[in-house]
Amino acid sequence: MVAIATLPRSNISWWRGVTILMRRELRDTLRDWRMVLPIVLLTLVFPLIMTFTATAAQDFVARYGTPLIGERLIPFLLMIVGFFPISFSLVIALEAFVGERERKSLEPLLATPLTNGQLYLGKMLASIVPALLAAYLGISVYLLGLLIFQNWHPPLTLLVLVVALTTTEAIVMVSGAVVISTQATSVRAANLLASFIIIPMALLVQAESVIMFWAAYDVLWGIVVGLIVVDLILVRMGLSLFNREELLGREIDHLNPKGFIRKIRSYWASAEPGGLGQRFSLIRMYRVHIPAALRRLRGATLAVMAALIVGTLAAMLVVGQLKLPPDLLATVREGFTNLRADSFSASAFTSILPTANQNLFLAILKNNAGSLLLGGLLSMFSFGALGIVMLLVAVAPIGLLAPIVGMAGLNPLTFLFAFIVPHGILELPAAVIATAAAVRIGAALVSRQPKLTVGEGWLLAVIDFVKVFVFVVLPLLAVAALIEAYITPQVVCWVYHCG
Amino acid sequence: MIEARNLSKKFGDFVAVGDVSLRVNAGAVMALLGPNGAGKTTTVRMLSGILVPTSGQAIIAGLDVVKHAQEVRRRVGVLAEVPGLYLRSTAREYLSFFGEVYGLAAAQRRQRIGDLLAQFEMLDMIDRRLSEFSKGMKQKLALIRCLLPDPEVLLLDEPTSAMDPQSARLVRNTITQLRSDRRSIILCTHNLPEAEMMADHIAIIRRGQIVVEGSPSELKTRLLGRPLMEVHFARSLNGVLPQLQARLEVESSGDKWLRYRTDNPVGDNPPLLYWLAEQKIEVVTLSEVPRSLEEVYLRVVGQPVEV
Repeated sequence: MVAIATLPRSNISWWRGVTILMRRELRDTLRDWRMVLPIVLLTLVFPLIMTFTATAAQDFVARYGTPLIGERLIPFLLMIVGFFPISFSLVIALEAFVGERERKSLEPLLATPLTNGQLYLGKMLASIVPALLAAYLGISVYLLGLLIFQNWHPPLTLLVLVVALTTTEAIVMVSGAVVISTQATSVRAANLLASFIIIPMALLVQAESVIMFWAAYDVLWGIVVGLIVVDLILVRMGLSLFNREELLGREIDHLNPKGFIRKIRSYWASAEPGGLGQRFSLIRMYRVHIPAALRRLRGATLAVMAALIVGTLAAMLVVGQLKLPPDLLATVREGFTNLRADSFSASAFTSILPTANQNLFLAILKNNAGSLLLGGLLSMFSFGALGIVMLLVAVAPIGLLAPIVGMAGLNPLTFLFAFIVPHGILELPAAVIATAAAVRIGAALVSRQPKLTVGEGWLLAVIDFVKVFVFVVLPLLAVAALIEAYITPQVVCWVYHCG
Repeated sequence: MIEARNLSKKFGDFVAVGDVSLRVNAGAVMALLGPNGAGKTTTVRMLSGILVPTSGQAIIAGLDVVKHAQEVRRRVGVLAEVPGLYLRSTAREYLSFFGEVYGLAAAQRRQRIGDLLAQFEMLDMIDRRLSEFSKGMKQKLALIRCLLPDPEVLLLDEPTSAMDPQSARLVRNTITQLRSDRRSIILCTHNLPEAEMMADHIAIIRRGQIVVEGSPSELKTRLLGRPLMEVHFARSLNGVLPQLQARLEVESSGDKWLRYRTDNPVGDNPPLLYWLAEQKIEVVTLSEVPRSLEEVYLRVVGQPVEV
């Protein structure tokens, strides 16, 4: 084959690709007076007004002998001065991809050698940089005004806190908006979807304002940490959802209930997405569908088990280091030595299971299944995180009680063997599987399934959850509940010699 | 070189492209013709590494479009149907951005931008905002963007649709030059005379499938029959016509003219002229009756589709 002579080209570094795109986007933004004017106003004029407000308010409240209010107002306004300019990053980010698509300039960009990551990060930084610079400048103008007119300067920790809050909030808004921009079909649709960012952020800023007035800066640092986690999740989600094909292919998103139902049926009737649908058969469900679903859950199952082990060990470690009052330990010891057969009667459970009196087995089953279902539901809105939290909350008492039993002079392993193992041997795997399926529902939004759209991946995760829950988790929980209601008490009485 | 084997693309249940196979060698131009929505753009997007084929394989400049999508995009120049420019940029900024993205060094970039703008008679527009450009100028600039990294493969969707005749000729000359520089080119167009003029190979795509392909003359022969020749004589054919009918497959005739079909004009026409000269019949003209690609296209596209 004869080589074709072309111009010499060098491979640009990954980061250079990002900056080339970012520079171009920034230049475009800074040429739009509709962007520049509000940013200038919010950067220079608004902080000066806030300086005046802070000065006037402080003078006013000082007259009534409540200088504290004035003192708290200054940091609050510092936060607000930083927040207002970053609200513009949302507008720029929402426009990032869908705006280009509307102007038909996206295809030439997608045809370049830039990778998905470079495109995503370049656009994201181009949205965030002007807004953050404006916010930092606004904060500086405000502080300069206070220094000149009030001779006030903030403690360094407060300044760092406000900058950290401003930065993490900007990243949350921009990364969320870029996700919306990659998924929306028009700028109009993107603006409508932006409510999912604006409303939570508005609530968060209100909460931060209250906390700021209370000067509970530790809580605000906690919020910064939480926002960093959300930042990481949203950036990961954006990278995962970014897809050249969908960006170009999606023209109009119209509601298609029939298609949706067809997809649900297809995923229900076949073990693998795109497989042949077959009539329902319980044997096929257990032989083909459930193994396939469990295979898809492998990663999530490992993650849940790891979280469970770490969580339980952490709880044991924390409790192990506590110095519990001797009378409490004596009470525990006494409780174990005074166990009676009726300690496990249905009425003994009514404080934690209100329906236990009617049927202890059903009450236990309902409680366990309900908490795992709730975990699944919460996972949908928390990228899977709350599903794990729900499981840890349910399992934590074991991690807490075992060391306390040990401190009371009893054998913790005997305690675990008697109280937990008989039903836990089924209940725990059921909980891990259900939680893994729940985590996968949340994670489907962050991590794309090969050859499936995000929506299809999410739907498949939901159908897997239903299959696994109905045909694996519920039967396991039912047997576990039976054991817990009728056999575990016998084992406990046998081990601890009930009176 | 461009090679596609059984390339398919489905969007949900909709088959946009089904089993498309094609090959464009280095130094060749293929015109991809077809009605709107036939699958031309989807095919081009798959070949340029933007869309992932549902099945099949495409090799561009020796690279698989799925496995080496980024490298493929580096080697392909894509001109979309709509120029899609950044209207707040100047021509220099716009082209510099793409030059940088494709890894052209600064000096080389400046030189190349200057050369291409001069080639397309737009050098005086280099520092003008793109919002001030006419439709045709925007299209030329989009073509310059596509040529900037000097790609081995060019996928051009309607490259001259918005241009005045002079600019269109400039573009056609550029494509001819690129062909002699051994570039592989796919030209999607509705401009059939242009396709006939530029392309070595024509493929007509309909409902996502290539229904016919071949060189323009092959397609004409296959779909419109063998070449039809027309001879005009200086005098009446009195008495000679039966002898001519015996020698030729005469399709129609008049007092001083006749039309005949031949498989082999190069082999058949010189002996005919020699014989006519012997018969003292003066020939005024002998030419092939022009048959346009449009007739071929309409015949293919006008046929009912087998569902």
